[in-house]
Formats: sequence, C-alpha cells, structure tokens
Amino acid sequence: MVRVKLDRVSKYFGRVRAVDNVSLEVMDGEFVTLLGPSGCGKTTMLLMIAGIYKPTKGRIYFDDEDVTDIPPKDRNVGMVFQSYALYPHMTVYENIAFPLRIKKLPKSEIDRKVREAAKLLKIDHLLDRKPGQLSGGQQQRVALARALVKEPDVLLLDEPLSNLDALLRVYMRAELKRLQKELKITTIYVTHDQVEAMSMSDRIVVMNEGKVQQIGTPDEVYRNPSNIFVASFIGTPPMNLIRCTYDESRNVLKCPNFEYELPSAWREALSSRTSDELVLGVRPEDIEIGVESPNAKARVLVVEPLGKDVVVTLALDEETSIKAVARAGTQLPTGEVTGLRIPLEKVHVFDGKSGRALI
Amino acid sequence: MALHWLFARRLAPWLYLAPLLAMVLLFWLTPIGLTVYLSLTNVSYKNLVYFIRGEMERISFTLRNLQNVFLGKDPFIASVAEVTLIYVCSVLAINAFYSLVLSIAIAFFVRSEALSTFLRVTWLLPRITPSVVYGLMWLWLIAPGTGPLYSLLAHVGIHPASWLLDKPYSQLLMIAINGYVGVSFGMIIYTAAIKSIPTDLINAARVDGASDFFIARRIILPLLKWPMLFVVSWQTLSLIASYEYILIVWGGGAPGTESVGTAWAAGVMVFPLYAWFQAFALGNYAYGAAIALPIVLLGIGLILLYFKVFGFQKLMQPARIEV
Ligand SMILES: Nc1ncnc2c1ncn2[C@@H]1O[C@H](COP(=O)(O)OP(=O)(O)OP(=O)(O)O)[C@@H](O)[C@H]1O
Ligand SMILES: [Mg+2]
Repeated sequence: MVRVKLDRVSKYFGRVRAVDNVSLEVMDGEFVTLLGPSGCGKTTMLLMIAGIYKPTKGRIYFDDEDVTDIPPKDRNVGMVFQSYALYPHMTVYENIAFPLRIKKLPKSEIDRKVREAAKLLKIDHLLDRKPGQLSGGQQQRVALARALVKEPDVLLLDEPLSNLDALLRVYMRAELKRLQKELKITTIYVTHDQVEAMSMSDRIVVMNEGKVQQIGTPDEVYRNPSNIFVASFIGTPPMNLIRCTYDESRNVLKCPNFEYELPSAWREALSSRTSDELVLGVRPEDIEIGVESPNAKARVLVVEPLGKDVVVTLALDEETSIKAVARAGTQLPTGEVTGLRIPLEKVHVFDGKSGRALI
Repeated sequence: MALHWLFARRLAPWLYLAPLLAMVLLFWLTPIGLTVYLSLTNVSYKNLVYFIRGEMERISFTLRNLQNVFLGKDPFIASVAEVTLIYVCSVLAINAFYSLVLSIAIAFFVRSEALSTFLRVTWLLPRITPSVVYGLMWLWLIAPGTGPLYSLLAHVGIHPASWLLDKPYSQLLMIAINGYVGVSFGMIIYTAAIKSIPTDLINAARVDGASDFFIARRIILPLLKWPMLFVVSWQTLSLIASYEYILIVWGGGAPGTESVGTAWAAGVMVFPLYAWFQAFALGNYAYGAAIALPIVLLGIGLILLYFKVFGFQKLMQPARIEV
C-alpha cells in the first residue's frame, strides 16, 4: 500500500484545461473520493495516476518515489473503468486472470487467486460466461475482481456504481467500503453522486472545471463549504443561497423582504469581502418554520412529502424562493404566510463576487 | 378480399424485388449461362459472326473444350493451375495477413499521427495510380542495370539476368506487384476496426500490466476476427478472377501458337489470363469460356461456403468487432 501525492498537476488537451494545478495527498489505506460534475476532470485525474496520461505539468509520487514518467505496467495500480472495459472475447475467468498471466504466475496460483477473488465478489458461478452475457452489476463486480486480483498498491474506481439500479447501488456501496477497509488498499474513488461520496469516503475532493474546490472529510465539506460551488453541490436539497446586501454601519444583511442581524464579532471576517453584495447560505434542514419570533416571513408555495420529512418551497418575495425541510405532518396550507427562523449558528456568508466563504 | 390478401402477401414482395432480380439475372446468371453454353461450342473468330447472328446450324457443339480443361487434355492446364494456386495463396497472404500486421503497426504502435498518415498514404498510392502507370513503374523499377530496385537488390546479391523472365524471380515479382496494390483494401478495413476498439479496453490492458506487443496479440488481434474473415473471403474471390497487372507487365501468350508471350516463359500465366488470351488474343472464344469455367464454379462454391460458414448477416458487416 502506498501514499499517493499529486504535486501541482495539470493536464491540458489543446486549449481544454481538463485538470488545472491540482495538489492532493492520499494517505496509505485512505478512501478518497473525487466529487464533481460531469467534465470536471475526474477521469483525467485517475488516468494520470494510473499512468495512461502524462501530466502536462506537475509530478506524481507513490510514497516518495516519483512515478510521473513510469509506465502503467510498472505502477501496480488496479482500476475499474467507467465503462468497466471488460475484454469482450474472454470469459470472466480469463478476464480476471489477465493481469496475473501477464505477471507470468504459475497456473495453479493464478487459478487459486482468480477463484478467491471471484468468491469474494460473489461471481464464482459466472466464471465461464462472456461479459456480454452479464448484467451491469455483474460486469462491475468482474471489473472489480480484475482490479483487486493483482493486489494493487492503489485502487482507482471510476464511477463504478453509476450503471446500477438504486437497490444494488446501496448494496454495492456497503460491499465496496467493507472490502476496502478489509484489504486496506489506498483507494481513489470517482463519482458525481454526492450521497455516494458522503457515505463512503474518508475524505472528499470537490472539483469543478479541473480545479480543486475543497478537500475535507464529508463532515467538513458539508458543514464548512469553502465556497458557493461546494455549498450548492453538496446536500439534497441543496443549500439555500440568498443574495443580500451588507449594511456595514448597522451590521445587517438586507435580504429580500427581511433583514438579518449579524453579531459584531463577524465584522472583522466580513472586512475581507470584495463588495457589499453577500450571499446568505442556510441549509433547508436548518430553517425552522412556523416559529414565534421569526427572522423572516415567507409564503408557502409547495409542500412535497419525502417519507419522514416534507420539503417546503417558500417565497420570500416575487423573485426569491427557498426550500426548508420540516417533519412530516407539519400543517402548512399553501398560500399562507409563515414565520421562519434562520439560526445564526447555522448560517454561512459568502462573498457575492468571488463565491468564497467569509463565515 | 382474398385476392387483395394474395396480392399483398404473395405478389407484392416479388414486385418490389423485381428490379433486383432482373439485375441478378442480367449481370450474373446470364454471363454464367453464356459461359457454359459457349464452352460447349467451337466458336472462334472464324465463325463468331454466325454465333452473333444466331445461325446456330453453322456452329458445331463439342465436348473437346471441357475435356481439355477438366480432363487435362490441354497439356498446359496443369501448370496454369499450379501458377494460379501459388499466385492466389501468396498474394492472399500479403493482402490479408501482412496487411493486418501492417495495420496494427500503423494504427496502434506508431504514436505519431503524421507518420501514421504518411505510412497509410504510401500503401494507398498504388490503389489510386492508374494500372498502366503502376505496371510501367514496376518495369522501370526492375529494369536490369538502371532500375533503382534492381540496383538495390543487386547490392544484396540478388541479380537475376531478368526479373521479368527468370523463374522464380518473375513469380516473386508477380506476387510483389499484386500484393502491394492489394494491401490497401485490408488496411482500410483493419484500420477502421482497430480504431473502433474502445480506448478504455486498451487502457485497461495497460493498467493490467500488458506491454504494447501483448495488447496487440491478446486484445486487438482476437477482436479483429470478423474483419479478418471478411478480408480473406473478399480477397480470395477477387484474386481468383484477377489478371490485369500480370497482363500489363508481361502480356499474354499461349504455347503452341504463333504468339508465345512472356507470361508463359516467366511462369506467371494464371487461369483468368489464359482465358483472356485464348478468347481475345487468339480468338478462341469457346475455349476461353471453357477455361473461365473453373474460376466461375470455384467462385460460386466459395460464396456458398462463406455464407454457410459465416452466416449471411455476419459477412455483410465488414467492420464488425466483437464488443
Ligand atoms: N482525450 C481527450 N482529448 C480531449 N479532451 C479531453 C480528453 N479527455 C477528456 N477531455 C476533456 O477534458 C475534460 C475533463 O474530462 P473528464 O473525462 O476527466 O471528465 P469527468 O469529470 O470524468 O466527467 P464525467 O463525469 O462525465 O465522466 C472534459 O472537458 C473533456 O471533454
Ligand atoms: Mg469520467
């Protein structure tokens, strides 16, 4: 097992900056997730770590060894591709045995390892089939077995669960996590599904347009998003972002149809703002509805039941609507005006221009 | 009602197929029938005019032509068959297998896009060059003393008095000339098939630790199974009927006649060329048709075999790879 370090790594395809100046250190045995929207450079990052792409700039290290110029076959990396990339002309057995046959292991040892890996992933009854005869979930497990069988130092997983149905996905999520902890393999996992990222990772790397937005534990990126992108990308429903204007003399935020008083202790933090346009961020589940002493008033637009909760859409004024989560059974007739409390300890304030978190 | 149904179900399909069937009849079955018919006559330049006018009483029917070809009464048929076999097998090896190696080399191993394009164009050039120019180019290349290729090979100790006439050099030349021009067909099919293999598959093999050579042998080659079968079938069919470059470079000729062409002397007389020469140079139309008959029969046999072995549909998808 190794520690993977990326030092100011960039990858350009012509004028496209697929990955832009990324630094990252993944600890030995850690499970790190690259999370970001489609096209943000996640696959490109993995392919650089695997050695398929050479970075345009920057260096990559496994432990203290600079592997930037080392070809994939000498890196001992296991990878599950977004498309699974199973060899269509080989059986499941031959697919899993492929990396071992390249290593020229004795036949008996190959056989033992293939059967072991197949058993671990519960595909031992499929060994004689061709990939074309497997379901998406089975193919994914074959791809995983092929990646694991060579006992890699680093495991790279590119959206391995994206083709599975919801039920199988939840199951495989737990399986993967259990396997990774059991085998203690340094793992870099790619997804654009934030729930997946939150539930599996030791740390999350949030990316957008080739750049790292934030690196932190799931809790950190959830509680202290470092900018508006992270705040809006993580959490369902996403954080409410209300455009307000800062009145420095009174230390209040003038928001649509309400004013939000700030503690004087925040003055200093807010002094680094680029303009008076600030964004007040509050998660739907942190807003209290129908309270006695409200910060703001809003009209109920829609109430969507969501199992044990309801998601309420509220209009602050003509243009601004926000979402709040309340317990199921809360009586909220649509059209009615209700009082909201936005608790001070739960709010975030972002710079309106740069998007950077100020509070 | 019943009549309407009959029309829709039974007759309409034939109506739609009629133009195609007419074409098949006109351009395929008629020539075959004509070949068989002609081979049973004694039509030559002497009595062709009666044949055309349909004055069949002035034409006699005979089995002599067929006996000459199929029973080997023509003492030269055996050697023609032998040359044809050498020709088809060797050129096929170049067109179907050497072109495969070449395609993998160009489409996979050569990383530089510019070099890859250059190499591809070099192999396509003979295809787009008019046959006569291509033939003349070879004549110039191997001209004793002055030809660049002749001088080059003379340097490494290969210097026949004449590349055109001395066996087996002449036969090697025949194979080279036809091989070079035929490589492009296989290359186009193979290159397209290689390019359609998903990059992820190749990348996965690299991550699994495979070298380029291993990937070529264990991933790319097995995935080209169908394109290979297609190219082999297609090239066999076109080779057994081809003679144009041999005719251009060597001319025809038939032994025992007043015209002893160099093709005989050089040992490059193949079936279709012999047929062409008998019919159009010597005017023995009936005998030419008889010589062409084995080729026609072999062609039909191969087509039926291909359809049976590969399945009609599979054969009709040239660039199919198994993904
Ligand atoms: N081989 C390539 N040539 C040119 N551009 C590329 C290449 N590979 C990726 N890109 C571009 O680089 C950017 C990042 O691509 P990448 O595949 O890494 O995104 P991703 O985050 O994996 O997206 P997704 O979630 O859709 O898989 C995209 O804009 C893409 O178009
Ligand atoms: Mg991707």
